[in-house]
Parts: sequence; C-alpha cells; structure tokens
Amino acid sequence: MEYSILLQELKNKFENSILSVDETADIFTVIVASEAVKEMITFLKEQQNFIFLTDLCGIHYPEQEKELGVIYHLHNLVANKRIRLKTFVTKVNPQVDSIVSVFSGANWMERETFDFYGIDFVGHPNLIRILNVEYMDYFPMRKEYPLEDATRSDKDDRFFGR
Amino acid sequence: MKTINSEHHLDLTNEDEKVYSTLNLGPTHPATHGIFQNVLTMNGETIVSAEQTIGYIHRAFEKIAERRPYYQITTLTDRLNYCSSPLNNIGWHLAVEKLLGVETNKRIDYMRIIVMELARISDHLICNSVIGVDSGALTGFVYLFQEREKIYEIYEELCGARLTTNLGVVGGFDRDFSPLAIQKIRDLMKGLPKVLHEFENLMLRNRIFMDRTIDVGAISADRALNYGFTGPCLRAAGIDYDVRVQEPYSSYNDFDFIVPIGQNGDTYDRFCVRQTELWESIKLVTNALDNLPEGRFNTEVSAFFMPPKEDVYSKMEPLISHFIMVMGEIDVPTKEIYKAVEGANGELGFYVVADGGRAPYRLHFRRPGFIYYQAFPEMITGASLSDAILTMSSMNVIAGELDA
Repeated sequence: MEYSILLQELKNKFENSILSVDETADIFTVIVASEAVKEMITFLKEQQNFIFLTDLCGIHYPEQEKELGVIYHLHNLVANKRIRLKTFVTKVNPQVDSIVSVFSGANWMERETFDFYGIDFVGHPNLIRILNVEYMDYFPMRKEYPLEDATRSDKDDRFFGR
Repeated sequence: MKTINSEHHLDLTNEDEKVYSTLNLGPTHPATHGIFQNVLTMNGETIVSAEQTIGYIHRAFEKIAERRPYYQITTLTDRLNYCSSPLNNIGWHLAVEKLLGVETNKRIDYMRIIVMELARISDHLICNSVIGVDSGALTGFVYLFQEREKIYEIYEELCGARLTTNLGVVGGFDRDFSPLAIQKIRDLMKGLPKVLHEFENLMLRNRIFMDRTIDVGAISADRALNYGFTGPCLRAAGIDYDVRVQEPYSSYNDFDFIVPIGQNGDTYDRFCVRQTELWESIKLVTNALDNLPEGRFNTEVSAFFMPPKEDVYSKMEPLISHFIMVMGEIDVPTKEIYKAVEGANGELGFYVVADGGRAPYRLHFRRPGFIYYQAFPEMITGASLSDAILTMSSMNVIAGELDA
C-alpha cells in the first residue's frame, strides 16, 4: 500500500475535509476538518485496514485561531504503515466526534484528552475526568497554565539567558 | 438497590430476592499490587460489573516535561513502568535520537539490546512470579526474586542505581560496560535457565495452576485489537505484533528470535507468552554479548554528551560544551516525531512535538498499560473475585505507567 494511492482515495472521498497533507513528516500526516474526523477514521479502519488505534492525544497552540488540536495515530498492521491525523477546534467550541464506537480503546484516551485540554468528545459514553480530581475546574495542559508558580522570585530566567 | 431488613430470610434461588452487593477492591488492596480502585458489583461470588478509578499517583509528567531539557526527561521515564526502567530510558533516548537524526554504532545498539532485554527479563520475572503468588504458589515468587536481584545488581554496576536507573544518555551510554558488569551478565545467563526450568516445572503443568488460569480473563484477538492491546497481552490473544520486528530499532534485525503467540488470550496464555519471551530474551542477551563489536560507547552528540571531567577542568571546548549542556541551552530541529519501542508490557511510544527550544513543546507518552487496562471490566464480568485478581496481575498493569 502506497501513501500516494491512499491519499488519492482519501481525496476522492473527503475532498472538502482535507485541509492539508504533510508527506515529509516521519509519519504521513493529514489535517482534517473536525466534522469529518470520525468518518475518515471509520473509512481508514474499514476500507484501508488501519485496524489499530495507536494513540490519541491533545495539543494546544494559543496563537492559532483554532487553538486546540487532537492527534490520532493509526496503524495498518498488515502493511505496517502508520498514519497521523490532526484536527483543530476553537476553545469556545471544542467539539470533536468521539470515536469510541469505532475503537473501544479510544475511551480512556479521549477522557484523558478531555481531562487535560477540555476537548468535548461528542457521543462519548462517559466523558469525565480520568487522572485529575473531579472538582478541578480548569484544563491543566493548556499553555496558559505555567508549570511553576508565577509568584516565585528565587528563580529568575533572565539570569540563565532565557 | 433495594433494602432488606435484618429479620428477613433471603431466598437466593428466587430471582426477585436477588440482591447485588458492592465491593470495593482497592485503592490499596494488597492483592492488586499497586494503587488500583475497582468498585465491583457482585452477585454472590460473581462479578456483574466493575468500575475503575485511576489517577491516584498522577504526577503530571507530560506537563513537567514541557519545561525540562530533553536529557532531564529521562528521569521521568524511569517512573512510568518502574519494573523495567532501563527500557523506558533507552526508548526515550531513541526518540530524541530520531528527533535529532543521530545514528548510533553497532556497539551502542548491542549494548542497548543487552540492557533492554535484561529489563524485559526482570519485568517478566516479576509479572509471572506474581501470577504464581495470586494463584497460591509463593515458592516461585521467592525463587525468581533472587534472579531479579541479580539483574538489579547488574543495573547497579552499569549506572549506580537499581530502581530508577536513569541509564544511558542520548547518543549511547555515559560509560562502557565494566569487566565486572560483563561477568555478572554472563553469570546470570548461565544460572537463569536452570531457575526458569525449575519454575516452569513448578507451574506450567501444575493442575491447580492450570485450573486457576485456563479460560480465566480471556479476550478475543478482535476485542484485544479494538482495545489497543499491545505486548504479551495482545500476543497471547494470537496477534504477532511486536515492535522489535515490525519497526526494528537498535539493530534488532541482526538477531534471530521468536515472537511467541497464544491462542485463547487467557491468563494461562499470557503467562506462557511471557515465559517463552524470557527464553528469547536470554538468547538475545547471550548473542549480543558474544558478538559485541568494538567501538565507542557514545556517539558524542554535541550538547548531549557530557565531556570527561578532567577535560572540563583543563580545556576550553569541553568546558563550553559542559556549560551549554548543564544550562540546557540546546537547539533541536523543529519537528514532530513518534517513536515506539517494545516495552515489557507493550508498545511504549513517545510523541514529541519540538519547536526548537530547550524543552519539547508537547510530549505524549503512549503508555501501553493505560490503554489496555480499560478492557479489565469486560474481561472479568461473569468471573469470580479471585479470578479478577489473577486477571489483573497477568495483565501486568503498573500503577506508575497507568497514571503517568
């Protein structure tokens, strides 16, 4: 299976949803509109043998218009090919379709992504926090939350040339 | 749930009288070997449903990593699957090397294979002997722990630490194998087969052990794939997926080894797959040690290689590179990579998004235990409580890895 053929098939089926393609990355990467992501993953699983969901995680780019991202890594175990899908949503409307009905393993991965980035997976059976406490009222992996206490004065980055 | 008064005599054969009870298994239950909470709904001795709570030892590694220089993240990986820390360390180093585009020589690759397979042996020894404990055979556990102790002594000889090893550096190792380390590895490889044979005699065809494990906690290949199983748990279900073979790293393709698979995906198969992998790992370590090529033990990647101390004190350039490294002013390419290694319990992946700075922009650990532990309720529904304990220990879920 060649990526060029796969890309052609994807383009035939999801012409308007593919926002960009990166063939130079270590894993063939496709950026998809958030509405089409579930449909594309179902297509990849059922028609293209990408039967294994390796990983699902979130990312935050504060300077982008669509700040929050979800990154999927799928694996075609038969042809030993990987594919990376990315989709971006705004902070105000962070809705992405849940893929738990396609991959049961996505359940906790989506809960983790919700827990840390606040991405709302529509259709998830039990979208609650998983690693953090239930009463936490923010999403800690977003970039606006600094790792160290901002009031700390004993460690001045200027002295380290940063 | 309905309430009943204490005077009432329950007739459990009557469907209407049936009462489910709630049982808290954990968070700190001695039989779960770690902090796992499962709220079980029981119908007598049978589990009707289970609800898991995790996150008791969550330490926000991914957030911490966003501020740390790359070489300081190694210590975080120690604390993921702490039963096989060197494997995580080397996995992380391989990920950074992929990011930097560094090629290592054969000696480094073979040294890494030796250390990674020793870690796999130690992890499998713990897991399999604990399966024995949970089915009532304490002897094998005590016996195998002596061998694990020898592996920890080898770690000590290689890097000075035992549990949280922080072994090696990006680009190879910080020192060569000492003659004593090589001697210790050889001694272990000589003594381990005998111990393993005795352990297998004790367990494999033991009627009690077989009755306790066969058809317990089984999962089909289809469901296992759907749940994202990897490692021995997936192979026990019959899928021969092994990262060492599918995407060879660190010169694994120089070696000949078998990827064992099971048939039923039950506790017995998981035990047998690990047991066979132990033999394969012994073969790998012995072969790698016998064919250990000559060469440098470090690639000396600039800004990742700590120069020898006497040079730092006496020469200008080593002093500069020492300073740059310690202050963490390291430039890496703007790139994103995913690198997977075959951890002791599955595909351990590192997804790194680098924006060129000293620390990763985003680092995600694909922790195999976190992904496949969610299948646990499905695997134990309809089983008894004692089967659930066995199923959990045979899945090799490590709390540190689960909670990151």
